[in-house]
Amino acid sequence: MIGPARAPVSMRVNGEIHEIELEPRVSLLDALRDHLSLTGSKKGCDQGTCGACTVWVDDRRVLACLTLAVACEGHEISTIEGLATGGDLHPVQSAFIERDAFQCGYCTSGQIMSAVALLKEGNAATDEEIAEHMSGNLCRCAAYPHIRAAIRDVRDADTTTSGRA
Amino acid sequence: MSNAIGKPISRVDGRRKVTGAARYTAEIELPNLAHCAVVGAAVPSGRILAIDEKRVHDAEGVLAVLTHDNLTKIASQPPLLPSLAGGPAPGETFFPMQDDTVHYAGQPVAMVVADSHERAQYAASLLDITYERADSITTIEEGRATAYEAETLFGGLMPARNERGDVETALAQAPVRVDVDHHYAANHHNTLEPSATTAVWDGERLTLYDSTMGVRATQLTVAQLLGIPIAHIRVITEFVGGGFGGKAMTWPHVTLAAMAARHVRRPVRLSLTRPQTYTSHGHREEQEQRLSIGATKDGLLTAVRHEKLSVTSPFDDWAEPATGVTSQLYRCENYLGLHRMIRGNVMTPTFMRAPGESLGVSTLEVAMDRLAYATGVDPVELRLRNRASVDEHGNPWSSDGLEECLRTGARLFGWDRRDPEPRSRREGDWLIGSGMAVAAYPMAFMMPPQQARVRVYADGSAVMQCGTQEFGTGATTAMAQVAADGLGMDMNDVTFEAGDSDLPNASASVGSMGASMVSAAVHNAAIELRRQLVAMAVADTGSPLHGADASAVVVEDGRMSLGDGSAGAGETYAEMMRRNRLSMKDALGDWTPPPMDAPHGMMTFGAQFAEVAVDPDIGLVRVRRMVGVFAPGRVLNPKLARSQLMGGMLWGMSQALLEGNQMDPRSGRWGASNLGEYLVPVNADAPDVTVEFVDVTDEVAGPLGVKGVGEIGQVAMAGALMNAVFHATGRRLEALPMAAELVMDPPGTSA
Repeated sequence: MIGPARAPVSMRVNGEIHEIELEPRVSLLDALRDHLSLTGSKKGCDQGTCGACTVWVDDRRVLACLTLAVACEGHEISTIEGLATGGDLHPVQSAFIERDAFQCGYCTSGQIMSAVALLKEGNAATDEEIAEHMSGNLCRCAAYPHIRAAIRDVRDADTTTSGRA
Repeated sequence: MSNAIGKPISRVDGRRKVTGAARYTAEIELPNLAHCAVVGAAVPSGRILAIDEKRVHDAEGVLAVLTHDNLTKIASQPPLLPSLAGGPAPGETFFPMQDDTVHYAGQPVAMVVADSHERAQYAASLLDITYERADSITTIEEGRATAYEAETLFGGLMPARNERGDVETALAQAPVRVDVDHHYAANHHNTLEPSATTAVWDGERLTLYDSTMGVRATQLTVAQLLGIPIAHIRVITEFVGGGFGGKAMTWPHVTLAAMAARHVRRPVRLSLTRPQTYTSHGHREEQEQRLSIGATKDGLLTAVRHEKLSVTSPFDDWAEPATGVTSQLYRCENYLGLHRMIRGNVMTPTFMRAPGESLGVSTLEVAMDRLAYATGVDPVELRLRNRASVDEHGNPWSSDGLEECLRTGARLFGWDRRDPEPRSRREGDWLIGSGMAVAAYPMAFMMPPQQARVRVYADGSAVMQCGTQEFGTGATTAMAQVAADGLGMDMNDVTFEAGDSDLPNASASVGSMGASMVSAAVHNAAIELRRQLVAMAVADTGSPLHGADASAVVVEDGRMSLGDGSAGAGETYAEMMRRNRLSMKDALGDWTPPPMDAPHGMMTFGAQFAEVAVDPDIGLVRVRRMVGVFAPGRVLNPKLARSQLMGGMLWGMSQALLEGNQMDPRSGRWGASNLGEYLVPVNADAPDVTVEFVDVTDEVAGPLGVKGVGEIGQVAMAGALMNAVFHATGRRLEALPMAAELVMDPPGTSA
C-alpha cells in the first residue's frame, strides 16, 4: 500500500499532554481539528495565506496549516480554546465582542491569537502598527476597523501590554 | 413596546465565536466519518478519454473512487431559480459526472473517498486522467462575435431588456452627452470558510450538514436531484463562515457528498479546498458595461442607455441584473437597459454581494460624475436635481430618504470644502482626491410566505424557531430582539433557533431580504402567541385579569397587566400556564410578502463619499476615509447593522482596488486560485469608516418596516472611488480593479 505509516506522537496543547498516532504528513492544524477535537483553529486556506489557523508554538505565532504536527513534539502549543481562564474571557476576547470585531466568526480565533500576541510583542503602539502587525489575518467580512478598536481598548486598559513603539 | 429592537446589543453567539466553541460545518464530529476529495477537470472543454485508477486503489485507506462510470445518475435536474424564490435552487442546470463531457475547468470529474483527510487528498493526486481537449471560449475578448441578447435573466424572472421612450433620438439630440465604457474583472466570493458538506444516511433518510445561506434550498434541490422525498432530507447549518452569495445556491458538491456517502455507506465530509472554491460555486462574471447619458445644459437627464455584456456558462443565461437601479434612480423619459451574454467554458456565474448593482450603479455614478464636470454642476447637487420620487412605473417609493442621505453625507464628509478642480490638491508625493456616488438597491419580494414558530414554557422561558441561517449577519441576535419585543419578554429569556430545515419555512437569506422577511414572520408569530396567552388570561376565572379587555392588556418582562405597574392586577405568562397545568404553549406565525406588482417603488437608498491619496509615480491608491449614509428602514440592531454596512463599503473598496481574476484563455483556467494571488483587503488596507443612518418609516416592507443592509453598503462604492481617483489625478479609469499601471501617470508625463 502507498502512504506513510502512523507513528505515536506526544502533543502538549493548552497545558495538556495528548498521546496520539499520526501520519508524519498531518499538519498541526489537522491534528488539532481532526484528532484532538480542537476545532477553534480554522482552516480558511490550508496554504498559509489567511491566518485563520494562527496558534502559538512556545508563545510564538505560527500558521498551523504550514506546520507539521510531528515537528511540535516537545513544544508547547496554545490555541484559542486555552485562552479564557475558567469561565472568564481573556480581555481581548471580551473586547472583540464589545467592539463587534467579527461577523461570521470564521477568522476570529486567528485574529484573537494574533492580537493577544502582538500586544505581548509590544507592536500595538499606534493604529498603523496594529494594522500592519494584524495584516497576516484576513477578515472577509472586513471587520478590520473594529478589530483595531478592540486591540486599542485592551492596550489602553492595561499599561503593561502597551506598545513599545 | 420596543425594548430590545433598535438597541445596539452584542451578538448572542459572540462568546462561542471568540472562544472557538462555535462549530462550523466541517467541524461536526461523527463516528466512522470518511473524507471525500474532489478532482476537477484540468481542461476547459472536451471529454475524458480515460481514467486510470490503479494507483489510487493501492493507496492506504481508500474506500471508493467515483467517476462518471460508476456514479449514480441524477433523478431530474431542477431549473435555475434564485433561492429567494423558495424552490429548488441549483447554482447551474448542469450536474457533473453524468458522462465524459467537460464544459469548464475545475468541473468535478472524480471523487476519492478515504478514511482520513490526508489519505483522500493524497489518493486523489494519484488519479491519472487523460482528456481530449476541444476549443474553448473563456473571455469576452474570445467570444465577442458570438454575443447574444438574452431574453430573460434569473430563470425567466426578469426581462433582459427594459425600454421606454426613444433613447437613440434623445441621445442624438441631447445638448450634453457623456459616454462610459468600463471593463470589470471577474470576482470570487472567497468566504473565509470554504463551502463544505457532510452527508449522513440513516436507511432512506439523509442528513446534510451544509455551509449554506439557505437550508430549504439545499433540501429541495438535493431531494429533486436524488429523487427522494423532501421529508427524507434534513439540512443543518448552525454557523456559516461567510456567505456573500457564494452559498446562496445549491452547487453540485452538496449532492455529490450525499452520493459518495450512499456509495461507501458511511458519513462523508466533502470540504472544498481553497483552490476549488474558485470553480465550485460560481463567481461574479467578467463583464463590460457601457452607459450613455444625454442631458440638458443644466444637467437634467433626457436619455440613459445602459448595456452589459458578460460571460455565462454553456447551460444557463445567467447575468447579474445590472440595470435595476439605472432604470429608475433618476427622472428620465428615454431609457434602454439590456443584457448581452457570451456562452463560455466557465461554470454558471452567480450572485455575489450587491449582485449586479454594485457595478451597475458604479457605472451610472461615474457617468453622472462626468456629467457634473461637463455641466459645471456640483455632483451632489446634480443628483438632487435628477433624483426620482417615483419608480419607473410611476409608483411612489415605499420609503425614500435619498435626499437626506446625500445632505447628511456631504456634511459629515465636508464636501463643501472640496475644490472640484481635478489634480488640485497635493500632499508631498500624494495627490488627494474625493468622490461620491448614490447607492441604491432594489427590494425583491419574490419569496413565498415566511414562517416562524414560537413557544413559551411554564418557567417563563421562550424559544423562537425559524429555518433561516446565521452567516455573520447577526440574524440570531436581531431575531431574538424581535421575538422578545413581540412576546413582551426580556430578551435574556428568549432563545432564537435557526439553521435547520425541520424548522418553519424561510427562504434563503439573500438579496438583503433576510432581516426583512424573517423579522416579519418572527414578529407575527410572537404577537400571535401573545394574543392567545392574553385571551386565555382574560377568559380564566382564576386570573387577576379575568374579564379585562384583552386589547388593554400590556405585557412587559413576561407579565400581563393593564399597564398600571407591578402593583396593579396582573400575572406572568408562567404563573397563568402553571395554574392551568400547561407546560408549554406555541404558535405559528407567517408573513406573506406584498405582490411583486404592488403600487410602490421598492428601493433602499444611500450615499457614499470617499477620499483617496494617489501616488502617481507608482500608481498606488490608498483610501483615507469613507463615509456612508443609508436609509434602510427600521434598524433592528444598529451595532450589527453598522458592521454589515461597514463591511459592504470595504467590499466596494476591495472591488475597486484589489479584486479581479484574469482568465488565461490558453489554458481556460483562472489565473488566481488562492488568497495569495486573488487579492482581498488586509487590515492595513482598510481605513476607518463612518456609517450613519437616515431614519425612514416603511409601511410596505413587512410589519416592522425593515429594508435590509446586506448589499447597500457596497453599492457604488467602487464608483465613488473611481470618481475620487479622477479628482486626484485628472484621468478617468475605465477598468476595475485599478491596477497600478492604470492609475500611474503615463511615462513621459510630468506631475
